[in-house]
This record gives sequence, structure tokens and C-alpha cells, in this order.
Amino acid sequence: MRIRSPKDFWAGLMFTGFGLFFAAWALSSYRLGGSLRMGPGYFPAVLGGILALMGLVILGRALAVDGAKVARFGFRPLLFVLGGCVAYGYLVAPLGLVLATAALVFISAFGGHEFRLREVALLAAVLIVLSVLVFVKGLMLPFPLWPARFQ
Amino acid sequence: MDILHNLLIGFQVAVSPVNLLYCLIGALLGTLIGVLPGVGPIATIAMLLPVTFTLSPVAALIMLAGIYYGAQYGGSTTSILVNIPGEVSSVVTCLDGYQMARQGRAGPALAIAALGSFFAGCVATLVIATAAPPLANVALDFGPAEYFSLMVFGLIASTVLAHGSLIKAVAMVIFGLLLGLVGTDVNSGVLRFTFDIPELADGIGFVTVAMGMFGIAEIIGNLEQKGAREVFVKKVSHLYPTLQDIKRAWKAVLRGTAVGSALGILPGGGAMLSSFASYMVEKKVSRHPEQFGRGAIEGVAGPESANNAGAQTSFIPMLTLGIPSNPVMALMIGALMIQGIAPGPQVMTDKPDLFWGLVSSMWVGNLMLIVLNLPLVGMWVKLLTVPYRFLFPSILAFMCIGVYSLSNSPFDCLLMAVFGLLGYVCVKLECEPAPMILGFILGPMMEENLRRAMLLSRGDPTVFFRKPISAGFMLAAIALLIVIALPNIRRKRDQAFAEEG
Repeated sequence: MRIRSPKDFWAGLMFTGFGLFFAAWALSSYRLGGSLRMGPGYFPAVLGGILALMGLVILGRALAVDGAKVARFGFRPLLFVLGGCVAYGYLVAPLGLVLATAALVFISAFGGHEFRLREVALLAAVLIVLSVLVFVKGLMLPFPLWPARFQ
Repeated sequence: MDILHNLLIGFQVAVSPVNLLYCLIGALLGTLIGVLPGVGPIATIAMLLPVTFTLSPVAALIMLAGIYYGAQYGGSTTSILVNIPGEVSSVVTCLDGYQMARQGRAGPALAIAALGSFFAGCVATLVIATAAPPLANVALDFGPAEYFSLMVFGLIASTVLAHGSLIKAVAMVIFGLLLGLVGTDVNSGVLRFTFDIPELADGIGFVTVAMGMFGIAEIIGNLEQKGAREVFVKKVSHLYPTLQDIKRAWKAVLRGTAVGSALGILPGGGAMLSSFASYMVEKKVSRHPEQFGRGAIEGVAGPESANNAGAQTSFIPMLTLGIPSNPVMALMIGALMIQGIAPGPQVMTDKPDLFWGLVSSMWVGNLMLIVLNLPLVGMWVKLLTVPYRFLFPSILAFMCIGVYSLSNSPFDCLLMAVFGLLGYVCVKLECEPAPMILGFILGPMMEENLRRAMLLSRGDPTVFFRKPISAGFMLAAIALLIVIALPNIRRKRDQAFAEEG
């Protein structure tokens, strides 16, 4: 058996996996009920089953018909962009908006093609001023500006 | 005349200073993000959604709507001048618009695009005003069976738009439906698929999903492409089209408006489908099809009118049925719900000032856009010279603020990153996120209506085919599936996407 269409193969695998996951969880943990009075498990179990089936069809086709390869992943932007967002979320409350925004800008900028320290620092400064003016002063969103102990 | 009376009420709402201001902000923002490639109306509206909480419902909707149709204006500017579509709905405008610019006729191309859009916007406003009330009346009689079937039809229709394989698009819809079910089940109070994470009890936030799947995934995709964007801007000299231009363009504008208004109403329709269909139509009816792709003014006038008309009429199903026909409309529904307004046919009767104010503001907004766009075109194009390495951290910063402020929880940022990863993987595997987002929105609504319909019919599933309206939607959905699956039409659809891409 040979994978002839890698894109479809992985997509099929993904759908089958998610479908089975939802169906199995629904069947094992939630009341199914009948078609008259549907329990919380009914709709997800049916949908999960259908999704898994469709995934299998896509998988089967990937073994039968030639198709495109999966393009290379850009791990560098992936890592730094996602990392920046997560860092921001977990830094805002303890460190405040100013430092969290700076962290986000610096981390995500590493995901770009070129990293120039002075440019990034300037960009961070501009964005901090903008977000403080627009979101904290203008729209009054309840963000702490600085680390809690300095306030 | 009822419509006139209603529009009068609407204009009174729309021209109040506050609403004028938000209309202007929306139109400006829309043009801005329309010009910038890589930032679309979906990410922008999602970003601003938490902010609209502080506005009145009318002002919030007026601003968000302005962003959507404003983006159609801005997108055409970059397509024509630098051959970069600012929005997906302006992709076809590149074909002839850029050629016109190379021949030194950028001015007329821009002017025709803006004037055509304005005309289409006026007509579409009237279409909404006349078509929405009767539709809402019909919808008031819809029971759960009708709603369920309508949603099935809408979801199937949304797969027509998706690139690539049909079965993958349908699978994405179902995947979206399942993700929509995460959270507390309204009927039984059971927590479903929450991994015991308290933040998931209210379900996955739509904004979080939309920003991750569209915003983050797109940024990562842009970053992995090597090479800087080349920007060269010729001076735009004379702006006014010649008499000959107008002679050639006005019929295309009319046809584009008609195509766009019709396709916008369809579930799954909207600006992108409209512009694309209009280009095909123009090429078919033209006596000089060989000029297309070489600077035919019809190829600019038609699609640009169509995308604006489509953007506006896609509000009709959202306003009358409470059903989103594309991701942007799903966000509008989100905006309504943030304001505590349940979307559906009752909005028009319960909140006439909201409905008619929004409709009238579209005309006002179009007027603003034409004033903004034509004289200021040079300024907008300068924006393109801002390098992407400045843009993407800025976009990220605003997205993070928006997501975090949804519930002041770091978990939402984490979730956005997770969906960013998922969106990126989906793009790599050629699975379109748009059908999934629609499924995600409709998941809970569909389950609820399915349950009610089955309860009312005493567990008899044939109810969906015994009620005439419901049966109509179901048959239409099945017919649509068969039609897309037919090899002949599939080839056309693939060809179409190939030309566009």
C-alpha cells in the first residue's frame, strides 16, 4: 500500500481521528436518548460517525488516486507567532499591558525574515502607546498597565 | 409607501452625528484593511467585536457593516494599481484593472470601479429595503423543521465556494458543527467535550476561532513566503473616464449589480462569489472577449459592482432569518448577541430603528466611500509601502488585545493559538476554513432545531420532507450536492478557481 496523495491522506486521517474522538466520547459519557427525545450524546455521536466515515473515504481515495504533496511547514513563523500570542495571554495579568505587548512584538518579530533590534523596539513602543491610548484610555478596557507590585 | 416611510425612519437614525461618525470610522477602517493585503474584513471585525460592547447596537452594526463594504472599495484600489488583490473579492479585478493601469489608464479604472460600486451599493440598499420585509414575514412562520432544513441547505451551499475537493469541504462543515457543540448543552445542562476546563463551559468563543483560523493562520502563511512584496506606483493622472469608457462600462455595471445582488442573498454567497461570477458573465456576453485580461473596462466595472452589491445583500438572510450566509455575517450575528439581541425575523418588527438605520447607513456609507476613495487614492496606496515586518506584529497585538478582553482570560489567547495551528494545518492540507466556521456557528442552532422538530413530530424524521418549505430546502440541498458532484460541473468549478488563483 502506497500513499499516492499525501495531502488527502493526512486530511483523511485528521477527519477520521476527530470524528472517532467525538463519537467515542459522546457514546461513552453522554446519554444518547432516542430520536424523539434526543440526549446530549445523540447529535455529536451521529456527526462524529459521519465525519469519521468521510475521513475514511478521503483516506481510501488518497491510496487510490495520485495527488499533491504537502508543502513544507514554516516552523519558524509558526513557532514564534503562536508563541507570541500565548506569551501575551499569560503575561498581561501579572506584568501588565506594556511589557506583555513588548514581549509579543519581540517574540513574533523573530518569526519574520529579518530581525532588526532598533526597528522592533520602535515598533513595540509605537504599538504600546497606541494600545494604551485606544484600548485603555479610549475604550476603557480593564487592562493593568504595569506589573502589579509597581502600581 | 411603506418602504419610503421606513427608509425615512432609517435615515433619521443613520444621519445622527454619532452614527455618522461610526459609519465614517467603519468606512475608513474598511478601506484601510481593504488596501492592506493580508488583513481581511473577517479578522478586523472579529478584532473589534469585543469593543462594540461599549457602543449602542445601531452604532456597532453600522460600523461593522461599513468595514465589510468599505473593504470592497479598498480592495479594488490595490488590485488596479499594484496588481495585488487587497481582498479575495478583488482577485478578478487584477486581471483587467492592472492592465488598464499599465496602459496609463489607472485613473479611469479606479473611477469606474468606485462609481460602479457606488451604483451597486445604492441598488443593493433598495433591494434590502424591498426584499427583507416580505422575507421576514415568511420567516416568522418558520418552525424548527424549516430552520433545520434551511441550515442544511446553507451549509451545503457554502461548500460550493470552497476550493478543492467537495468531500473535504463537507467534512470541514461537520467538523465545525462538532466544535460548535463544545460547552454546556442547553437542554440537559451537561458539559460536553470540555476536558474539565472551566473556560470551555460557555463553549469556544466564535471570535477566538475566527481570529485563529483566518488571522493567525494567514500571518504564518504570509511569513513563510520568501521575498518582499514589490510595490511600484505609477502616478495616477487623469481620473475621469472618457465618454467611450462610460459607454462600454455602464451595461457591465448594471449586469454586475444584478449578479451580485442575487448571489449575495444565497447562503454561502457574498462578495467573492459575486465578483467572480460577474467576470464570467462579462466575458460571455462581450463582443470582444479577446480583450479580457488585456485591459477591458467591463472586466473592472462588472466585478467591482458585483462584489459591493453581494457584500450588501448578504445581510438579507442574516437580518431576516438570523442565519449567517458567510463568516462576516456570522460575526454580525455575534455582534447582535453581544448586545443582547436575538437574531431572527423579529428584529425588524421589534427594533425597526436598528434594521432601517443599518440599511440606510449603507447608502450613507457608500457616499462617504466614494468621497474618500477617489481624491485620496494616492494616500491609500502609500500604505502599501509599509513593510509586512511592521504590519504583522501590529495585527497580532490588536488581535491579542481583542481576544484577551473577551473574558479577561489568558486561556482565550492560548485557544486562539491552537486554532491558528489548526487553521495553518488545514490550509496545508487544502481544507478550507470558511465552511467550518459556518458549521461552527450553526452547530448549536442546528441541534436545537433538530431536537424540537423531532419532538414535535413525535420522533418521525420524515417531517423534514413532509412540510412543504422544509422539503423545498432539503431537495434544493440534495440537488446542489448532486450538481456540484457532477464531473462536468466540477471541472468548470476547478477551472474557475484555477483562473482566479
